[in-house]
Amino acid sequence: MKYKSQKIAYYFFALSMLLLSLQIIYGFIMAFAHMGYDGLHQWIPFNAATATHKNLLVVWIISGFMGAAYFIIPDESDHELWSVPLALIQFYSLAIVGVVAIIGFHVGWFEGRKFLEIPRPLDYLVALNVIVFLINILVTLYKGKKHSTTAWVLTSGLIFAALLYLPGMVWFDNHTVDSFFRWWVVHLWVEGVWELIMGGILSYLLIKLTGVDREVIEKWLYVIVGLTFLSGILGTGHHYYYIGTPKYWLLVGGIFSAMEPLAFLGMTLFAIQMYRKGNKKHPNKLALHWTLSTAIVSFLGAGLLGLAHTLPGVNLYTHGTLVTAMHGHLAFWGAYASLVLAIISYSMPLMTGRKILDNAMGHFAFWLSNIGMIGMVAAFAAAGVAQVYMERIMGVDFMKAQLELAPHFFVLILAATVFATGITLYIINFLKFGVPVDEAIGQGEEFAALQTN
Amino acid sequence: MLSKKQAKLFFLGGTAIFFLIFVGMTVDTLVNHVPRQTHAENITQQVRMGRHLWDANNCMGCHTIMGEGAYYAPELTKVYERRGADYIKAVFNFPGGWRPHGRHMVEYNFTEEEKDALVAFFKWVDEADLNGFPPKPSLSLDR
Ligand code: HEM
Ligand code: HEM
Ligand SMILES: [Fe+2]
Repeated sequence: MKYKSQKIAYYFFALSMLLLSLQIIYGFIMAFAHMGYDGLHQWIPFNAATATHKNLLVVWIISGFMGAAYFIIPDESDHELWSVPLALIQFYSLAIVGVVAIIGFHVGWFEGRKFLEIPRPLDYLVALNVIVFLINILVTLYKGKKHSTTAWVLTSGLIFAALLYLPGMVWFDNHTVDSFFRWWVVHLWVEGVWELIMGGILSYLLIKLTGVDREVIEKWLYVIVGLTFLSGILGTGHHYYYIGTPKYWLLVGGIFSAMEPLAFLGMTLFAIQMYRKGNKKHPNKLALHWTLSTAIVSFLGAGLLGLAHTLPGVNLYTHGTLVTAMHGHLAFWGAYASLVLAIISYSMPLMTGRKILDNAMGHFAFWLSNIGMIGMVAAFAAAGVAQVYMERIMGVDFMKAQLELAPHFFVLILAATVFATGITLYIINFLKFGVPVDEAIGQGEEFAALQTN
Repeated sequence: MLSKKQAKLFFLGGTAIFFLIFVGMTVDTLVNHVPRQTHAENITQQVRMGRHLWDANNCMGCHTIMGEGAYYAPELTKVYERRGADYIKAVFNFPGGWRPHGRHMVEYNFTEEEKDALVAFFKWVDEADLNGFPPKPSLSLDR
């Protein structure tokens, strides 16, 4: 750690860990409900559980991105963060808005638009919060001595993510138009600007962990985010096949979204290539594991499993079934959840000065969570394909088909238990690091010497 | 080999071009197609109220509509055609919550006006041209 103010990242990472554990609890509630055990229905009906599960996911990932930015931007621009008190205010207000939203879901205060369930008044607070965050980052960048590509790609990802939140805040009388703009948020986030954030954080981690020349890494970063937008913007069309929008989206969405996996493949090849070229001397093997798994699993979840249902002829049958849930889990896990876990694994030893870099618990956490998640995705896949055949091809009534799917949810729960064990170990490991200390300044700087091949 | 500068140009140029195309297509979609395909002229005050109720109660947190939502409860795009107004109106205020095949629906307390509004919303959704979604079962056994 180079600067005192980087420690602020810890708050955001700790919040991420807390929300992730809650998210998993709600996942179990829903999995049991799918099996027919919905004893909590009176207090937590499925629609409250689902809103909570999805929004906790989005908030813990965004909290992780913010922590990452607070850690990376001072380092990359060679300057203390502009204002630590402002960052603290921003942190507490984020946490409070999050808590109010979650409580609101349980008393039926929501907006009912998938992933954007947070009610309108809270949306304004979220927007304000993000503006404060961005001002802090931008002023730091402006005052800094260096302006690296990595820092700019990360920051522009964050700015555009904030801008794209706005179309989701407008009320439209026509449900189709409402959906149309909901995708400007959801799709253009995960298959657009969040990939800038992902590319920025991955580059930073690769520069630090492999010691490969910055110029080489950043050149490929441009190529990858170039591919992202080339395919991802018009790829939004894969959500415009069957919602009351014109037929030309079947062609445009089909072609361009089928090219989206290229950007994710780019990330995979990029990370593996840099790892192979690198000097492999960095002692933080866990951070390296998570960095590489992000690059690989994002391709499997977003790229391959996305491709599996993105062509209009397939999507006609899989649209809005458990096949979508299969893809949603591995894509979010591989691309964004793992990314946040990677930057946490990298930064914790540097912030706290504790060198428990390569411990057994950390490795168990890594393998159990990944294996568990792959098992969960397999269970969703089996359930989803069976659902498609029964409901969409044979015309079996929805509920009758669902009853046949219960065994798959039993498997889901088994795999989810493995997954949750992994995450528990990760969080225990996180807690074992303790809190960041000023004495940790200068920690890890000895590795800076490794950074020229 | 590609230089960093060329790579940057590829990124900025590509993004700008495709974003402009996307905005153009958006305008065409919303101005020339969606109003016709979704019969925007039929969005009455009642339909609007129905959609408001749909949103405020997060019905999408269990059901899908136009294939979007959660996968706990049935797809409702064609529910108006499948079940009819009376059936739909009966499920909302069911004492203890509607419980088909052991899955729980929330017990609501809707007025007659609100129930009619939801039915009107479903009717509007039912009539929209969704390019063939939901698909007709090719091996139909049930019906
Ligand atoms: C990291 C990147 C990605 C994430 C986090 C992600 C996540 C998701 C989620 C959560 C949904 C469900 C959305 C909803 O119904 O509200 C979804 C839908 C979808 N995704 Fe992705 N996705 C990613 C990348 C991709 C890619 C690259 C493709 C195509 C190659 C793709 C294809 C699709 C399709 C076709 C749907 C619609 C499914 C349906 O019709 O029900 N996704 N994605
Ligand atoms: C113990 C772990 C988990 C379990 C048991 C679980 C279970 C579930 C269930 C049952 C659903 C609802 C499907 C429906 O609408 O009926 C769901 C939705 C979802 N979960 Fe999880 N989940 C878990 C962890 C996670 C994690 C770690 C992530 C992200 C990395 C995640 C991301 C999502 C997303 C994006 C959706 C919405 C999917 C869609 O509607 O297409 N879940 N989850
Ligand atoms: Fe998408």
